[in-house]
Amino acid sequence: MTFKDTLIDGNQGAFDHKTMTPMQKLTLRFVIIGVVFYAFAAIEGMIMRIYQVDPVPFIQEGSIPLAGVDQYFGILTAHPLVGIFGSTYLLVFGAFLFLVPYLMKKPLWSFKLANLTLWFITGGTFLFWADGFISHYAPLYTLYWPLPADFDQFHPLSGAIFITGIALVMVGTAFFVVNVFKTIAYTPEGFPKQPSKELMKSALGLTGFKNLWKERKKQKEHLVPLPVAAIARGTVDTALNAVIILGTGVLILVYMVFELFGNSLKTTTIDALLYKNWFWWGLDLIADGLVLIFVAGTWYLMANLITGKKVYMQNIARAALLVELVVSWTVWSHHLLSDQSQPAILKIVSGEMVTAFELITQGLAFFITLATLWSARPLKMTNELKFLLGGLLGFALAVPAGILQADIGLNRVLHNTQWVIGPHVHVAILVGLTMTLYSAIYYLLPVLTNGAKLYSQKVANFHFWAHLIGGIGMGAFMGMAGLQGMLRRTIYFEGEYFIYMVLAAISGALLLAALAAFLYNIVMTVGLKGALGIFQRSEGDVKELLPVE
Amino acid sequence: MTDSTTVLWGQTIVYTAYVVAILIVMGVFAYNITRDGESSNVKDKYFYTFAGFLILLGMSIHVVTYNTIPWTPTDVHRGDITADKEFAITVADHEFNLPSEQLAIDCGDMVLFDVTSEDLTYGFGLFRQDNSMMFQMQVVPGNANDLLWEFHRNGVYNIRSTEYSGPDGYQMIVKNAVQVSGCDVTASDGGVE
Repeated sequence: MTFKDTLIDGNQGAFDHKTMTPMQKLTLRFVIIGVVFYAFAAIEGMIMRIYQVDPVPFIQEGSIPLAGVDQYFGILTAHPLVGIFGSTYLLVFGAFLFLVPYLMKKPLWSFKLANLTLWFITGGTFLFWADGFISHYAPLYTLYWPLPADFDQFHPLSGAIFITGIALVMVGTAFFVVNVFKTIAYTPEGFPKQPSKELMKSALGLTGFKNLWKERKKQKEHLVPLPVAAIARGTVDTALNAVIILGTGVLILVYMVFELFGNSLKTTTIDALLYKNWFWWGLDLIADGLVLIFVAGTWYLMANLITGKKVYMQNIARAALLVELVVSWTVWSHHLLSDQSQPAILKIVSGEMVTAFELITQGLAFFITLATLWSARPLKMTNELKFLLGGLLGFALAVPAGILQADIGLNRVLHNTQWVIGPHVHVAILVGLTMTLYSAIYYLLPVLTNGAKLYSQKVANFHFWAHLIGGIGMGAFMGMAGLQGMLRRTIYFEGEYFIYMVLAAISGALLLAALAAFLYNIVMTVGLKGALGIFQRSEGDVKELLPVE
Repeated sequence: MTDSTTVLWGQTIVYTAYVVAILIVMGVFAYNITRDGESSNVKDKYFYTFAGFLILLGMSIHVVTYNTIPWTPTDVHRGDITADKEFAITVADHEFNLPSEQLAIDCGDMVLFDVTSEDLTYGFGLFRQDNSMMFQMQVVPGNANDLLWEFHRNGVYNIRSTEYSGPDGYQMIVKNAVQVSGCDVTASDGGVE
């Protein structure tokens, strides 16, 4: 086949979108849009990296259009939100809406609701991204009170549009939550009656918890597979997080609507510290809750799929997931270690001690996954295996970095520095989370495309190494700058951290090259025709996950 | 007296050593997992030993830092400690308002920085001349923001907001705002003698 033929028809013409079920197409739509939003976040990240190397050309009026300080902070606000909601949520939700029915061996509860999840999150993300880009609404994702309602700096209408975008994402998220739990518990038409309550108890960990106090003979069996248990428990945090973000959004929206109608509400009505506790409690359900739980679940699933063996220490793995869920509700105070009015008891118990449990729960998930893989050696170093190992390495690097900053003494010199956002956040997300997701994508690609053949293994290898080195490198150089006092969320004009920022930018460029290689490989695998075909309506039965042989 | 430079050097060494170790572990694991050999289950004792190690590590980190980082006990018990000197600082409209143009501190003084925000959430950080951080805290409106710090090195330090307060606040810096004198030692990095 010529290059042009492959570009149009895909590698060896092996992919035919007409053979796909609606569920396969829907899942791939989630993946494609999720990857597109990842590209948004990556390009925005690269813009900020260039800005950090030398911001002067950007701030001289007229020298570079659409690139002033307001634009920078607009990007800084949208970047993590696009990355988490637009990319990660779509990738994860899409995969789980396929995997939960796949593993539970029954159809998804509602195909329509899954479609709504996709389009609410896509529309909401695009709305807040576009609003931030055009109007420069920039309170950052932390929304520290009363900044989101500071109408000296931001127009209330631009804020209202931004918050509406976030609210749409949360509504789409709520649809996902309902769909996951309904799928676990319901009895599909024509199926024997399923024990809804027992299924939910097993999914949420109550069965396992009760088993701890029973003799082995009297213990109840787990009705849901381990990855479904992880998905269910992560979904609890997803639901709680949506409630908090939606609630906060409504509160901010009230201030904006009143302002638009000429009545300014007093921002002092809301206690800024109480608000910060409330908001971080909810926000942390993502960073220290659903991400860690979903990732652990995906590690177990991938280890099981790669080896064909049962996950090592499965009961402990289930218990650790339950502990992680409870821990995620009680760790938020590590974000307030530098808030002097925060009660010391909360700082020590929630901020330090409970947070340290994440080292334990994530460490155990790490060990269990490696032990499962080890039990099946020799293994072939497939793309899914190498990306899984990359994902494990990412969290092995990022979690201890986070534990260090969640210390009253160290936080005094690390809070809001590049250390927090480099070795901890970016390494966790880019190396830990994203490489885990890539592992799942490489595994699911032939399953979802009914046997499409990857275009180039060499390109996939480049994708792996460029992403791994770029991700770790960027985090490392940001971290080095942070240890020298470089703050996040500000701009340095005198080349104070020039060398570190140049090296971080080179690493960022490597990440972007990795993404370009991945996109090229996927397009050449399915072809442009195939890629467009994924968005065409499928005539198949929405209850079928895979084509009937 | 241990200062933030020493503490951060310690952290750099410990974390770098850990990074090298985990890279080697993962590299060796990835190599060996593809080699021929009998597949075998990992013995339970290794798992429980690892779990015990994690618990010990998680619990001991904060005990170690409490006993080695001098400002941690000061911070936790600051309500019971009498300051030698107090500075009341207000922040409003993205500007620091200091009680005097330069805050003069004698060596060994235990100084209380009492910072009040009249509008937004800010940060309050003290930085050496080479931009390395001495300390920081959040400045939350409607709440007390007080930090107790003992100074043992001469130097002239800058104040900078360490929290984002909107695009108008990205350059909240007061240069040479604090001077410490009377010590035998000068701030190791960039302190002006």
